[in-house]
Amino acid sequence: MHETMVAESLLEAISAEAAKQNATPVNARISCGMLNAINDEVLRFAFEAISKGTKCEGMKLHIEYKPLRGRCKSCDESFDVELSKPECPKCSSGDFELLADAPLLLEEIEFQTEQ
Amino acid sequence: MYKVNIGKKILSSNEEYALRNSQLLTEQKKLCLNMISSPGSGKTTILTRTISELKDKIKIGVIEGDIQTEIDAERIRATKAPAIQINTKGACHLSAAQVNSALEKLTLGDLDLIFIENVGNLVCPSAFELGETGKIAVLSVAEGDDKPAKYPAIFAKSKAMLINKIDLLKAGAQVDFDIKRAKTDARKLNKDIEIFPISAKTGEGMTYWYDWLTTEVKKL
Repeated sequence: MHETMVAESLLEAISAEAAKQNATPVNARISCGMLNAINDEVLRFAFEAISKGTKCEGMKLHIEYKPLRGRCKSCDESFDVELSKPECPKCSSGDFELLADAPLLLEEIEFQTEQ
Repeated sequence: MYKVNIGKKILSSNEEYALRNSQLLTEQKKLCLNMISSPGSGKTTILTRTISELKDKIKIGVIEGDIQTEIDAERIRATKAPAIQINTKGACHLSAAQVNSALEKLTLGDLDLIFIENVGNLVCPSAFELGETGKIAVLSVAEGDDKPAKYPAIFAKSKAMLINKIDLLKAGAQVDFDIKRAKTDARKLNKDIEIFPISAKTGEGMTYWYDWLTTEVKKL
């Protein structure tokens, strides 16, 4: 449900860049860590709803999830942590260090070239 | 078509306020704990009992977050502790800006510890940093022991977890809750999480929680 606030923040950032470029945004690429609790469908729905009537209406959001990284304390293996099965894939140890989760980032905006 | 690289944090305005709150709390050496749970897990009861039983040792203030009403702030004020109510008017979490203005309303100089009681929700509040010293996940036994496995983010990010309403386990076999399972699942993602099984109603287990709070306050 907090995706609405994320969508508002996103709309603000994209609108500011669109004004600067004086162009129409078409696509935006967003990356997000696993612990940000962002549901991509909900975020797209919220963005669609609040962007109606703005320059961003009809834009496509591409959301890429960055894996949560862990380092095994037993065998030193670095790996992507599976939240449903948190253990080292190499030695099956559950004793690992959780590395920082990736932030929620607006990576890139694609604009339409004026005809 | 052409692409523009942005690389900007989407919730950066929230993070700016969170940083301000964190700086203020660090400068003034105040412990600030953000309580996150589902609705009805007993956060307010935990707080009123904690405030009353620690009143001679730790001075506590509370920032209350709810969608509407002053009910929780009034329950806190009945213990004589200061409470600031934030009504989010529908929003499912507190934002760092809301906490910032609430911190300004509290007389921080008189307090050792500030609790933030977040909006009852096990998902959204975990994504919004408030500048707090740490998060506390609260889970009550009626909700089921599978919550740490199902809602990993909040348990991965918390300093401590309270398992509340353990008195229900002793009343009979109406509630199935395996404390060991909840503990194991929470520790899989968070080795260092402190876990306190408590009953805020009967007071069982609360001394361990109080000892931990006292140690954390002294660390500052």
